[in-house]
Amino acid sequence: MLTVENLGISFVTRMGTNKAVDGISFTVEAGKITAIIGESGSGKSVACYSLLGLIPQPPGRIDSGRALFQGQDLLQLTEAQLRETRGRDIAMVFQDPMTCLNPYMTVGNQLMEPLRYHKKVSKAQARERALELLEEVGIRDPASTIDNYPHQFSGGMRQRVMIAMALINEPKLLIADEPTTALDVTIQAQILELLAALQKKRNIGILFISHDLAVVADIADTIVVMQEGKIVETGNRDDIFRHAQQPYTQKLLQAIPTGGKSEVLQKSEPLLSIRNLSTWFRQGKTHVKAVDDVSFEIRRGEVLGLVGESGSGKSTIGRSILRLVPITSGEVIFDGTDITALAARELKNMRSRLQIIFQDPFASLNPRMTVFDTLAEPLLLHGLDNRSTVGASVLTLMDDVGLARSFVRKYPHEFSGGQRQRIAIGRALATRPEFVVADEPVSALDVTIQAQILDLMRELGKEYSLTILFISHDLAVVRKLADRIVVLQKGKIVEQARTSELFEQPQQPYTRQLLQSIPGRALRVNAT
Amino acid sequence: MTTPVIANIIEAEQGTSLWQDAWLRLSRNRLALFGLAVLVLFILIATLTPWIAPYSYTQHDLDLGATPPSAAHWLGTDIFGRDMLTQIMYGGRISLAVGFIATAVALLIGITWGAIAGYAGGRIDAVMMRMVDIIYALPFMIFIVLLMVVFGRNMLLLFLAIGAVEWLTMARIMRSQVQSLRQQEFVEAAISLGLSPATIVRRHLIPNALGPIIVYTTLTIPSVMLLEAFLSFLGLGVQPPQTSWGLLISYGAESMEEYPWLLLYPGIAMTLTLFSLNFLGDGLRDALDVRGAKD
Repeated sequence: MLTVENLGISFVTRMGTNKAVDGISFTVEAGKITAIIGESGSGKSVACYSLLGLIPQPPGRIDSGRALFQGQDLLQLTEAQLRETRGRDIAMVFQDPMTCLNPYMTVGNQLMEPLRYHKKVSKAQARERALELLEEVGIRDPASTIDNYPHQFSGGMRQRVMIAMALINEPKLLIADEPTTALDVTIQAQILELLAALQKKRNIGILFISHDLAVVADIADTIVVMQEGKIVETGNRDDIFRHAQQPYTQKLLQAIPTGGKSEVLQKSEPLLSIRNLSTWFRQGKTHVKAVDDVSFEIRRGEVLGLVGESGSGKSTIGRSILRLVPITSGEVIFDGTDITALAARELKNMRSRLQIIFQDPFASLNPRMTVFDTLAEPLLLHGLDNRSTVGASVLTLMDDVGLARSFVRKYPHEFSGGQRQRIAIGRALATRPEFVVADEPVSALDVTIQAQILDLMRELGKEYSLTILFISHDLAVVRKLADRIVVLQKGKIVEQARTSELFEQPQQPYTRQLLQSIPGRALRVNAT
Repeated sequence: MTTPVIANIIEAEQGTSLWQDAWLRLSRNRLALFGLAVLVLFILIATLTPWIAPYSYTQHDLDLGATPPSAAHWLGTDIFGRDMLTQIMYGGRISLAVGFIATAVALLIGITWGAIAGYAGGRIDAVMMRMVDIIYALPFMIFIVLLMVVFGRNMLLLFLAIGAVEWLTMARIMRSQVQSLRQQEFVEAAISLGLSPATIVRRHLIPNALGPIIVYTTLTIPSVMLLEAFLSFLGLGVQPPQTSWGLLISYGAESMEEYPWLLLYPGIAMTLTLFSLNFLGDGLRDALDVRGAKD
């Protein structure tokens, strides 16, 4: 249905010409899902956006190739012809459903807009069609929610709305650009299921862009692996997963977190005890109970996984321990001291013993401070070094987290996500803390980078004899690192158990649901 | 093996501050350098005026009257036969001083006030910003007239009065910048390192809020100069025989048709200053934005 041949795209900037896509060819068949897999910067999104004329030219430039869709070359269409095609024959679903919906328009009006634009139907007809579609994508009670605004929907529901919007003109091809990356695992599983079901029912072709092989393992028919603008390997799903030919594909497969570590049951005394911790946020006249009467312990040297969906309060627990948010009640006992009762001066000294690594390495580093400044700050603040010795300490720290010493004077924006996360880890470890909260430290990273950072954290954990509270929504990731796991839902503890126990014999239905949502089920069945 | 390591350590110890990097980048921006050069030149001339001016600023020659530029008077004379070059040089002293001092006052108060309010948030923020609103609402002219009446006409007071009005917008910009910045994780990271609020504001927040502040500063300096002209015109600012660019321009505008040079040359001086400020401001903004220029 869609045949792309020898597509080449460059970006021309002052720094020179950058070949983003270098002569790639692939096809999408009707009723099949083709997945394009690659890390960020591999050119996968650029290639797909160019099909709809969504690449700004300049700086973009299409060097070569054809994209045949229903007998016409998409790359040769005029802007007016493209507008006809966009939304009617080919539709897109984007990564972030919040930024792609207009916050000032009701969902219903946004749904009806493409229909009215392309098909000239009456308002009443359009509304009826919109209701049908909302029903079809699994929005409960569409008649009463159609006139709501996007912010009144949850992330998963917004993505359903986006899918409905893409389908409203019955396109023949759907391009989905990382449609589940911004979602929780359980929601991700639902959206993937929905896409697969819709594709079968309507017999449309789907071009699915993702950085994560595991995500497409359950739904893709054909997989195209891209690296640095070129296609590394193309094959049907089973071939790719069972007998990947190329080393890069094998590397991607290995990066999928599977299996656990050999857990060590610490017999030592608890380093940190959390007793009846509650953190409520005021919202108007009521309170949101982000953390509601939670108690657990972490033993010295242990890695405790804290798992839950967004809104479960897992990040708030991490921030409460470090007193980054004011708690409502409860105690946080660290090595015999109640942190919640410390005065400012004592707290400052305590802070060198407890540190945090944040999720988004693009937000957690001060953009105007060089690596040197960022890493030197904690060392100087806590008097671990003076001006003349700090240089050597910073370089040692950079060695520890695997950053080349020559980067010492660079600013955060000059680094990739993985490197930035290494800087953030270095900053957290600078004061040689005993305890670290790792708040989703790998969820903003590509899978291969994710694997590297997890390995790094495991090594450093041993080297610095750290006790870690590892917060994540992704059970597969937690399994690689954690000795024990605490499962949270809506601010309360659902279950806590040793990692292997939790995976083998989950006691609670919610835990079972989380386990089933881990992407790449087909993969695991094959592997065992 | 040891050599590169030692070299690295030396390099690391020297470090680079934001300001050193910014200067490096600024020095590659020709327009900004031009702006800087013009401003430095003007400030130098203004400082040395009493020694280098061709005539005394009180010296007049009613018989001569207004004459176009000549060998004796390079930029001509005004209707009282006063030398225009001398007038412009003395006028520049006042205008530049008002522009820079009043803006510096506004910057100092505005940034501090806005940063504290934005970082503290809650009730402190509410009280501080309501105070800003109240001062905003005071009629500016009455405020100045009151000051003049109570303390007498005084050049320093004029600077302070203008600065005390201009800081309000500065504080608002700073507060909104700080408010959005303090939500970011790098501020949380700084808190968890144990940094004091004052250090966080100084090291992490203000440098990241500088872009809009600098742009606004380059807009404030010219508007302060014009404000001074307006006040002088009303008789509240500079009084003859003292003069300023604003006054020269407004007198020049009255006799534009007969004696165009009376408007032209002060106009050029003022325009050149404003252009230079804008070039320098844009250059500074880019230079301080480490993400902007790639080495």
